[in-house]
Amino acid sequence: MTTTRHKVTIKGTKDGLVFFMDDTCSFDELIQDLRNKVENSHQQILTGPLIRVTVNLGYRYLTDEQEQQIRGIIRKRGNLVIKEFVSEVISREQAYLEQLASQIRLEVGTVRSGQVLEHQGDLLLMGDVNPGGCIQSTGSIFVLGSLRGTARAGMDGNEDAIVAASQLLPTQLRIADVISRPTEEWLDQTTGMEFAYLKDGVMNIDKINRLHRIRPEWKK
Amino acid sequence: MGEAIVITSGKGGVGKTTTSANIGAALALSGKKVCLVDTDIGLRNLDVVMGLENRIIFDLVDVVEGACRLEQALITDKRFETLSLLPAAQTRDKSAITPNQMKKLVTDLKTDFDYVIIDCPAGIEQGFKNAIAGANRAIVVTTPDTSAVRDADRIIGLLEKEKVGTPKLLINRIRPQMVKNGEMLEVDEIVNVLAIDLIGIVPDDESIIRSANRGEPVVMKHDSPASLAYRNVARRILGDSVPLMNLNQQTGIFSKVKKWFGMG
Repeated sequence: MTTTRHKVTIKGTKDGLVFFMDDTCSFDELIQDLRNKVENSHQQILTGPLIRVTVNLGYRYLTDEQEQQIRGIIRKRGNLVIKEFVSEVISREQAYLEQLASQIRLEVGTVRSGQVLEHQGDLLLMGDVNPGGCIQSTGSIFVLGSLRGTARAGMDGNEDAIVAASQLLPTQLRIADVISRPTEEWLDQTTGMEFAYLKDGVMNIDKINRLHRIRPEWKK
Repeated sequence: MGEAIVITSGKGGVGKTTTSANIGAALALSGKKVCLVDTDIGLRNLDVVMGLENRIIFDLVDVVEGACRLEQALITDKRFETLSLLPAAQTRDKSAITPNQMKKLVTDLKTDFDYVIIDCPAGIEQGFKNAIAGANRAIVVTTPDTSAVRDADRIIGLLEKEKVGTPKLLINRIRPQMVKNGEMLEVDEIVNVLAIDLIGIVPDDESIIRSANRGEPVVMKHDSPASLAYRNVARRILGDSVPLMNLNQQTGIFSKVKKWFGMG
């Protein structure tokens, strides 16, 4: 007779249940044990009020289909709500995207009419953006030069993103979903570097030396 | 081996054809062998501006399609032996030739001529792609209008992408009085936005219209300011360093009198 080690270990914490998934066995064995645990045993824990569940995968990487499969099994218990999947590993693609998002990208040149400069993460352009040109990123945008065209920061909805330029004279500015055109008062004070930011869903302009007061959390 | 220069602008009506005709004529005046190529197939004008319309027998499309030899289609100018014109076809459209055919044609021309001046059609489509295909460098023509500058910017971007040398800027039709009153873009402002080197500024001049209608390039007339401006551009192409024209020069007795009294 063989003794089978548990593939799924369930532990209770004050934030709910944590399902520790063995990362050395095959996925089929894991699913089998999970199904067994959820459907047959541990009835006293798995019934009753709503419980939040964290699935800890260790060093196992799940495809989207596999994740759905696990979600499906756990969801069979009406009182279990999946809070998150925790894994020590991510795919190369995701790692690359996260790397891009965490570093500032340096670009040189003029973005001319009809051209689009796009980036995931923060973007620093050394050059001008001319009218009809567009610069966009998921993070913040910094232009060492004249921004005369369109800038779009925080494209994925990041409302903390800012747009800064040595000369902030844009045709149009967008941060997250807020669109703004420069008004007369913007164009009056064109001395020195300025930046645009969102406050309560409204676009504001200020001098760059006031950035640390508006985004104190950026100060390390 | 000669050099091919494309005259382009994006926007129509800023003076590409006039500029091509005058730069070509001015280069020929300084003794260079020059060939003007009109790539505005279907809307040809360069032959009219040069006064050579009635001499056209074969055209650019005939050459490309092999209906005639290149030498048969070239028209020698009636004023200068060293200036030739390769006219565009009027009955076809821009899709009659391809960039590769154009490249080969320009390469052939460059063996016989010092300068091949290519007059580009307006727009950024097939005609533009054909025109820039064989060019070694480009002159972007603009007028001091916001829309023309915007289009010039677009064109510079496309030229940089196609790696047609570093384009040079020619600002045409400047009206000094309007610039002075702040009603027209200043030269510095335009250069600042477009961020490329200036090769010349040409004042708005009625003699250009008169010359074009008569079919002779304005550079033939030595007393007009636009003529001097175009000759200066030609000298800069040849490598001379010529200072930019002072457009605020006032002539006439009245202004001289005013100057004496310190009112000028």
